[in-house]
Amino acid sequence: MNVLDFAHAFFSDTAHWHGYDGIPTRFAEHVRYSLEALLIAAAIGLPVGLLTGHYGRGGNTLALLATAGRALPSFGLLVLMFIWIGFGLLPVMIPLVVLAVPPILVTTYEAIRSVDPSPVDAARGMGMPETRVLLQVEVPVALPLILSGLRTAAIQIVSTATIAAYVSLGGLGRYIIDGLYQKDYEKVVGGATLVAGLALVTLAIFWAAARLTVSPGVRRGT
Amino acid sequence: MNGFFDLPSDLQHSYLGLVGLHLREALLPVLAGLLLSLPIAQLCVRFRWVYPPVLGLTTVLYAIPSLAFFVVLIDYFGQSETTVMIPLALYSLVVLVPAIVDGVRSVPPETLAAAQAMGFGAVRRYFQVQLPIAVPAIIAGLRVATVSSISLVSVGMLIGNQGALGNMLYDAQIYHRPVLAVNAVLTIAVLGLLADAALVLVRLLLTPWMPRKGAAR
Repeated sequence: MNVLDFAHAFFSDTAHWHGYDGIPTRFAEHVRYSLEALLIAAAIGLPVGLLTGHYGRGGNTLALLATAGRALPSFGLLVLMFIWIGFGLLPVMIPLVVLAVPPILVTTYEAIRSVDPSPVDAARGMGMPETRVLLQVEVPVALPLILSGLRTAAIQIVSTATIAAYVSLGGLGRYIIDGLYQKDYEKVVGGATLVAGLALVTLAIFWAAARLTVSPGVRRGT
Repeated sequence: MNGFFDLPSDLQHSYLGLVGLHLREALLPVLAGLLLSLPIAQLCVRFRWVYPPVLGLTTVLYAIPSLAFFVVLIDYFGQSETTVMIPLALYSLVVLVPAIVDGVRSVPPETLAAAQAMGFGAVRRYFQVQLPIAVPAIIAGLRVATVSSISLVSVGMLIGNQGALGNMLYDAQIYHRPVLAVNAVLTIAVLGLLADAALVLVRLLLTPWMPRKGAAR
């Protein structure tokens, strides 16, 4: 039996396709955890990154914060929060957000910093207020990089959200954790395939989003 | 913080023993990843069409959750350190290969032409010109890879206590000693920051021609 056989056996078993432990339910749970974590992380990382990038200050502090965030082990944080807070979504959200903020923050800051200064000066010369300079000139030009930061964060969240199952929540990690304890490799391989598939779908979504939102002029330049 | 360094005997290691184990389990894979990604990156620089598929493959590998990777490898390597280290080495590729490719590509063509004019062969040009100039980019990649490797080792706890410092997390739960979990998280974070600082130092030593101030990321 190799990995492909396990995956085939898992997906062809109809019992895996319905009920509270069925693939659709677990998949929806996983997407929900991931989306919530990504939204919270973006709500923290994007504004801070945009502002610090715009004013060009605090880059070293941001780099330090990002390294610290990366150094905190997600799994350890999960167990610690679970012990302190108890059962619930919060102990899962905290490590996921800590994981996702650094890439969003650093990439956004870098993206805005590295915008060609001449169009920004031109916009100021035309009398644009700072908010419009940021939102109408810098953000559109920096968008490809900003999206790549969000993409990295999203993929890390999707793959790490599996650990939610360790503290008795759902998601696709359920199959991996349960399979581990039941010595049921079909389940483990099936769960891993689903998570990797979801990560690839995430990549595709970001690729499509970049196609739709990045202005053609900016795309030609890169 | 009573009994902060007071480890239960089932961990079979002293605190420092666990730190050493953790560093070995985290750093060996990054080293292996570096040795593996140097030739891969060189192939990608030499033959441009190789780069996109390699990038795609490493991204897919990176998308496989570490836990699933560990469990699948148990079948082949048992509940051992090897099982933890192989995925970590593969994860490091997703950061290291692009870092090295970008670094080597950033070498200006005039520099390469000068090396050629001085009679450097392809091998000498690679080791004495391209690699040294790529050092800052490679170290930047190594920093990300090393810090995340150190933090990921703890997941190994789930496969028969192969998580070094992460094993303390399990004991924190069964013995109701949250202090142990605090200790594990803090120690791992500090190790990550120290490794990061050490790599910055290595870069300063390896690139004496770079300006000391600024550009410190």
